[in-house]
Amino acid sequence: MSAISTIFTALFYLSLAIFVIGTARKIYQYWVTPAPLKIPIAPTPLTQTGVVMRMAREVVLFESLFKANKWTWLFGWLFHFGLLLVLVRHARYFWPGDLPEIFLFVQPFKYAAFAMVIGLIGLMGRRIFVERIRYISAPSDYLMLIMLLIIGISGAVMTFTNNHTDVIMVKEFASGLITFNWADLPTEVHFLVHLFLVFVLMAIFPISKLLHVPGIFFSPTLNQVDDARKKRHISPWALKQEQEHTVKLQQTLGKDE
Amino acid sequence: MAAKEFDIPVLPTYLEIPEIKEGIMEGDGPFKSSEEFQNPLGFPGEKVDNWQEVAIEKMGELKSKYRSVQVFLDSCVKCGACTDKCHYFLGSSDPKNMPVARQDLFRSVYRRHFTFAGKYFPKLVGAKELDDKMLDDWYNYFHQCSQCRRCSVFCPYGIDTAEISMAAREVLDAVGVGQKYCNQILGKAITIGNNLGLPEPALRDTLLDLEEEIEEETGIAIKYPLDVKGAEILLITPSADFFAEPHIDGLIGYGKVFHEDGVSWTMSSYASEGANFGMFIGSYDIMRKAALRIRKAALDLEVSRVIVGECGHAWRVAYSFWNTLIGVGAGATDEFGLKLQNQLDSRYPQPQHIIEYTHDLIQRNILKFDKSANDDRIVTFHDSCNVARATNMGGIPNGQFILPREVIKAVCNNYVDMERSTIKEATFCCGAGAGLLTDDLMEIRIKGAMPRMQALKEVEKSDGVNTLVAICAICKSQFSKVLPKFDFDPYMIVSAHQLVSEAIIMKKPQTDDSAAQIAEEVTE
Repeated sequence: MSAISTIFTALFYLSLAIFVIGTARKIYQYWVTPAPLKIPIAPTPLTQTGVVMRMAREVVLFESLFKANKWTWLFGWLFHFGLLLVLVRHARYFWPGDLPEIFLFVQPFKYAAFAMVIGLIGLMGRRIFVERIRYISAPSDYLMLIMLLIIGISGAVMTFTNNHTDVIMVKEFASGLITFNWADLPTEVHFLVHLFLVFVLMAIFPISKLLHVPGIFFSPTLNQVDDARKKRHISPWALKQEQEHTVKLQQTLGKDE
Repeated sequence: MAAKEFDIPVLPTYLEIPEIKEGIMEGDGPFKSSEEFQNPLGFPGEKVDNWQEVAIEKMGELKSKYRSVQVFLDSCVKCGACTDKCHYFLGSSDPKNMPVARQDLFRSVYRRHFTFAGKYFPKLVGAKELDDKMLDDWYNYFHQCSQCRRCSVFCPYGIDTAEISMAAREVLDAVGVGQKYCNQILGKAITIGNNLGLPEPALRDTLLDLEEEIEEETGIAIKYPLDVKGAEILLITPSADFFAEPHIDGLIGYGKVFHEDGVSWTMSSYASEGANFGMFIGSYDIMRKAALRIRKAALDLEVSRVIVGECGHAWRVAYSFWNTLIGVGAGATDEFGLKLQNQLDSRYPQPQHIIEYTHDLIQRNILKFDKSANDDRIVTFHDSCNVARATNMGGIPNGQFILPREVIKAVCNNYVDMERSTIKEATFCCGAGAGLLTDDLMEIRIKGAMPRMQALKEVEKSDGVNTLVAICAICKSQFSKVLPKFDFDPYMIVSAHQLVSEAIIMKKPQTDDSAAQIAEEVTE
């Protein structure tokens, strides 16, 4: 194996490990941090089914964003669903051996790259040209878009122009990562940049705003049932406090039970 | 301190998103609390020496106690969806009044101290140190947030600035930089039982005067009972209802409705406050402490129902938090909750809003109205932010929008809604919620009222609206004050139950003559 292949193989496992462990730690943190009060936001679902439906609408349709701003919604939705379809199509590289027929359906997903790139350009445009959004943007916000743009464009270049890379080799490299049959990878610069930035993205996932992906499912305003009057909702720390009668004010204003 | 001069916003024909004007609302914020008001709440009397250390430690504690804080601080992607949603930004143009920028005052410090990226690459991710300037900004701008939650409705992750605002105020209190208005009031609420500091004899006098006045006017002896043990209903209403205009006309309305239903009810001198400012300062403990008085009153007076008067934040605390804090509700399995819940009548929602109660009586044809009594009015309804976005009524989806409108329409003939994007879940706050209803914040109060005033102006022009109904004590006080600044009649703001009161047809009073007649009939 070439040096470059060895480095990229190592980087893959490193970034994957950071991604998996880091994200798992964050999810665990969200999981164990209690939501002491009922704070669902209107329009509130009154049942658990309602909550599932609401979350589905938010995750699939970006309902609240649609209400907020049609342009951001359009570009955001194009980007996210473009990315999703493109990712699904990438499964073919990791699939060891011959592809099942189902992949024939997935093949046209390559055009989703355009949706992804258009969405990203739109989001970047808003960030640069809308004064309010420019005001709230940090360098990392631009950098994140630039990275995704480079990933998207370099991928599209490989798929739709004559700068193809050797996909058989890519498949051997990628599926080799899964089956531990490590192989060389193609060394065209645009392919290496594409791959490297994907690794970077995986590594920064648990330490950046990409945490909105697990975050949304833990958002108390979106995931709570509006049934405060029907069920007593109490967090472990509040219950403990209640049992120990340790409301701090007790000493200073001790009239109550 | 001389009041800062400022221009009252001119109402635009259409609500436009302003260009940002950096620093326009910079300032010292509202009057700071002193030792006298800080200490009774368990807060340091002045800014402590090691305040940075204390603040960072408090932030760490809060993010481990509140999932909202932790998740919201991590999840924002700066998409900008909320940037044009805050009434304070729309009215003031200060970019730090954009919800995300307001949160970022807190988030940038969180990133600096609690995240890998912020510790090692602060410039890259916009992480900042908590220095004096930053703390001043916190104090100023987190007291330009009314915790109305409008931004949260539009956030793709449901990020709620109110949660961040509460957390920031809690940190400020912990380092000894509290707000005078809130903390002074809380001291009174926790020791005396209401925000006005009104002791039992004064309250009793006020209610007796009110009874006399109403009897003179209507010829009917409507009672406003206080501390009646064994009454069925305990009414918890904001103390403004006892004194302030137009609030008191709402209280008159509640009394008439109870009277017509023939139910026994009482108020409590020990728990004579609906509003719970503990929520404003973000303190679970103090909010609970204030609410515990209501629990004690309900237990002592042996009531079977608790009904809440017209008050926005009060209804949020009552509807969403009381069951958690003090067990007024249902479905408890623990000893603490069951003690009260066994006493409460499970056939009714606990607590119940006065609008739900009146609505139910209307549905069952128990109340009779002469709608023409309100024919001089063309009415619109201002959805109070905390009722609209944090509660429900009637147990049906969007009941908090439906029930008040149905009650209003049952008592008056002319009703119109304001523009859809300014009502219901997207309602604009009155501009004075969450501890901003103080004269030292008049500039932001007036600027923050602009979006609501603009929508009101539209229906005034198109439909001749001359009456604005609200079901929140803060909204009523705020509108009385700011309506004239925008060339409206300050008396156009009324309680929903004032309209009820004006239209209700009371049953004929049982005079001595008629009682004697009945007695005769019985003997015959």
